[in-house]
Amino acid sequence: MTVAVNPSQTGEPVFYLADEHPHPEGWSTSLGFWIYLMSDCLIFAILFATFGVLGGNYAAGPAPKDLFDLNLVAVNTSMLLLSSITYGFAILTMQQNKVAQTQIWLAITGLFGLAFIGIELTEFAHMIHEGATPQRSAFLSAFFTLVGTHGLHVSCGLIWLVTLMVQVQKFGLIQANRRRLMCLSMFWHFLDVVWIGVFTFVYLLGVLR
Amino acid sequence: MSTDTHAAHADDHHHDDGHAHSTFSGYMLGFVLSVVLTAIPFWLVMSGTLPSKQITALVIMAFAVVQIVVHMIYFLHMSAKSENGWTMMALIFTIVMVVIALSGSLWVMSHLNSNMMPMHQMSGMK
Repeated sequence: MTVAVNPSQTGEPVFYLADEHPHPEGWSTSLGFWIYLMSDCLIFAILFATFGVLGGNYAAGPAPKDLFDLNLVAVNTSMLLLSSITYGFAILTMQQNKVAQTQIWLAITGLFGLAFIGIELTEFAHMIHEGATPQRSAFLSAFFTLVGTHGLHVSCGLIWLVTLMVQVQKFGLIQANRRRLMCLSMFWHFLDVVWIGVFTFVYLLGVLR
Repeated sequence: MSTDTHAAHADDHHHDDGHAHSTFSGYMLGFVLSVVLTAIPFWLVMSGTLPSKQITALVIMAFAVVQIVVHMIYFLHMSAKSENGWTMMALIFTIVMVVIALSGSLWVMSHLNSNMMPMHQMSGMK
């Protein structure tokens, strides 16, 4: 950025460079991505607060006890947890520069993520089929918004995962791809953290209520 | 402030991705802890072992908080030192915001609810 300040005696404007020293590419990416995740955290906080306020308003409709199958939720939770650890293995093999093994672990992570989304969509379809649609009660509106937003995040993570696998296939484990894989790692583990809140506050406490 | 962080960064030569310390044992320890901390709350709710619902609710919320901390440390590699402490600052700020949003909403809305006319009186007014 060049800035014009006090004209010199001759009347000519004097310029000086206010630019900071150059940084290596992507040096601030992980902090910036972390701040994005924190802002995402606030979105989920608002959705949790909404669910907390409206979670008991059934409008004489179905309650969590009638709708939720905890066995299915437990399977779903383990899918997400397994995908977290396999993504960790992908990062470990990435650090050892093993392209093929990194790709395999990423693919396994993607399959677990896909299983999670599949089970969740099955659950949603089953609920809607039984008449427990988002329009039925405030509880169900808040439920579908909160859990659906989380599922949407996981779906975006899956698209990102496939994109990065193509990138790694094409360009190998270059510095830029390592940085991207680290960002997706943070995103993926962050979604698992949000899911802890979902299965505790929505499913387990819902069934207890 | 930005010049401060940049100057501090210039000294930080070993900064690559800020995540150089992922280890197999770290991930496995985090995974095993998470499995245990997930299984116990599910088991408590599904079997109804504890005497009252209130106690069960408090216990599973405590498990959730512990598991979130485990994920933060072993999977997200949070530490007070990463990025010169700026990730921790952002995290603390976010936690403060989340606590205000959650507790504030629940508190205010439960007060509003208690000021509402009970349903049976409302139907009597028709």
